[in-house]
Amino acid sequence: MSIDTKTAGRVAKLARIAVPEAELPKLADELNGILAFMEQLNEVDVDGVEPMTSVTPQRLKRREDVVTDGSQQEAVLANAPDAREGFFAVPKVVE
Amino acid sequence: MAELSKLTIADARDGMRKGDFTSAEITRDCLAEIEGAGTLNAFVHNTPEIALAQAEAADARINEGDAPSMCGVPLGIKDLFATKGVDTQAASDILKGFKPEYESTITQQLWDAGSVMLGKLNMDQFAMGSSNETSCYGDVVNPWKIDDRNLTPGGSSGGSASAVAADLCLAATGTDTGGSIRQPAAFVGITGLKPTYGRCSRRGVVAFASSLDQAGPMTKSVRDAAIMLEAMSGHDPKDSTSSELAVPNFEAALTGDIRGKKIGIPAEYRLDGMPQEIEDLWSQGIAMMKDAGAEIVDISLPHTKYALPAYYVVAPAEASSNLARYDGVRFGHRAKLAQGDGITEMYEKTRAEGFGPEVQRRVMIGTYVLSAGFYDAYYNRARKVRTLIKKDFEDVFATGVDAILTPATPSAAFGLGEMADADPVQMYLNDVFTVTVNLAGLPGIAVPAGLDKQGLPLGLQLIGRPWEEADLLNHAYALEQAAGFVAKPEKWW
Repeated sequence: MSIDTKTAGRVAKLARIAVPEAELPKLADELNGILAFMEQLNEVDVDGVEPMTSVTPQRLKRREDVVTDGSQQEAVLANAPDAREGFFAVPKVVE
Repeated sequence: MAELSKLTIADARDGMRKGDFTSAEITRDCLAEIEGAGTLNAFVHNTPEIALAQAEAADARINEGDAPSMCGVPLGIKDLFATKGVDTQAASDILKGFKPEYESTITQQLWDAGSVMLGKLNMDQFAMGSSNETSCYGDVVNPWKIDDRNLTPGGSSGGSASAVAADLCLAATGTDTGGSIRQPAAFVGITGLKPTYGRCSRRGVVAFASSLDQAGPMTKSVRDAAIMLEAMSGHDPKDSTSSELAVPNFEAALTGDIRGKKIGIPAEYRLDGMPQEIEDLWSQGIAMMKDAGAEIVDISLPHTKYALPAYYVVAPAEASSNLARYDGVRFGHRAKLAQGDGITEMYEKTRAEGFGPEVQRRVMIGTYVLSAGFYDAYYNRARKVRTLIKKDFEDVFATGVDAILTPATPSAAFGLGEMADADPVQMYLNDVFTVTVNLAGLPGIAVPAGLDKQGLPLGLQLIGRPWEEADLLNHAYALEQAAGFVAKPEKWW
């Protein structure tokens, strides 16, 4: 599989990273180099092998579905680039 | 008092308890060393006020008696750990100015044990790198030097490695996703331990690849690694992958007696084109373990070759998901927007400005391998290969092997900038001996074992059974004693 500039542009879009048009060919090259390296995985016979979901056999713990924390509006907003009237402020999202 | 920063944790503990010196004295000595070591670029946010206050409190506690081993020990903290009210930006512009409202579990445990925070340490951006050249703070310089070349301290915990090797602090925290504790430890001639996945809490450690990330100690000796690991370990209800197993007294396991232990030597780690010096060091290590009474057995880990490519699918996939949180809304950098820009432009510009090139590359690779149509071909296949890599180790341990001995790195430290024109995959090869351990969730330790002919340190790696860090540390202790590595970089900075 190989990535052309159009695919590189689509990946950048999906990743929400602005990549100038002129840099897409270089990005495609780099991604292709890395993907070529990954192609080695096709040599491995993985028939009947379970994909790993957890490296340790322990089951994820469950807890009671109750509120354990909260009322920290000030702390939550303290690092926001733009917080107003107790909310995160962002550019207009809906028309 | 110019020598106190050179102390090991064990000697500092014993000396403070005897009243030979105080934590305040060691701390002031470290702060002075840090002040004079700007050229190494290891410390990037200094916290002298916090350090002196903590040292004073530690001295009071030691005077009262019954203080824990880490009490009064001045540490450097990798910039990946959230430290309340202190800049924490994972060496990335996207977290510029971020001051967490909470403390990571590991650092909280260290402060509870009385340790002293000297400041935050440089690293590769988001822990992505093997040479500490992807940091927004600039490169870290290795205190070891040849001619006029500045060498890399390795990465991603390069600031931690450089600071410990240069005696700016007694020890440092590191994190290891593919080798980021062990490779830099080997490059600067110190000890670096990656514990079993789940031994230390990940809560408050900026996430890179959650199924691989594990924090650990970077220290001047194996004994120090044992002492510090104990303070860092333990179950945390706020990390669902942290283990509930009891934390043993790791230091008590250090007898140096490995008679009758079985040490595996994996055939697949003998790489084509491996430098003769690495080969020789490995042979010497094997001889040392044998002399110490261990039984040496040849083993096979057949899927080793596929570890790096599997890692470079799994880690970027998880990173692309973890790093989605950096969107310019809740914390960190937000790009200046143009007239008419909407929320999508805000995301795209913010992330383009905030993430460095290597981080962008990995996020996009991860996005690609997780995207519709490629998920099975790349991501699921890599997770299956990961299962096979783990099984390789399980099979070997099932035959009674106690530990596995390998080189830590495929070379000694290289020059900063020397890999600038290489393709990214060349840099990834640095982790060829370490990355299998992360994929299998095992504990691994790098121990300095010798110098190459240029005079640069080289390390050996020991890999242990899951949750048996105590036994692993004892093997490392035996290796450390046999290797007798005492070389230090000559001070030029």
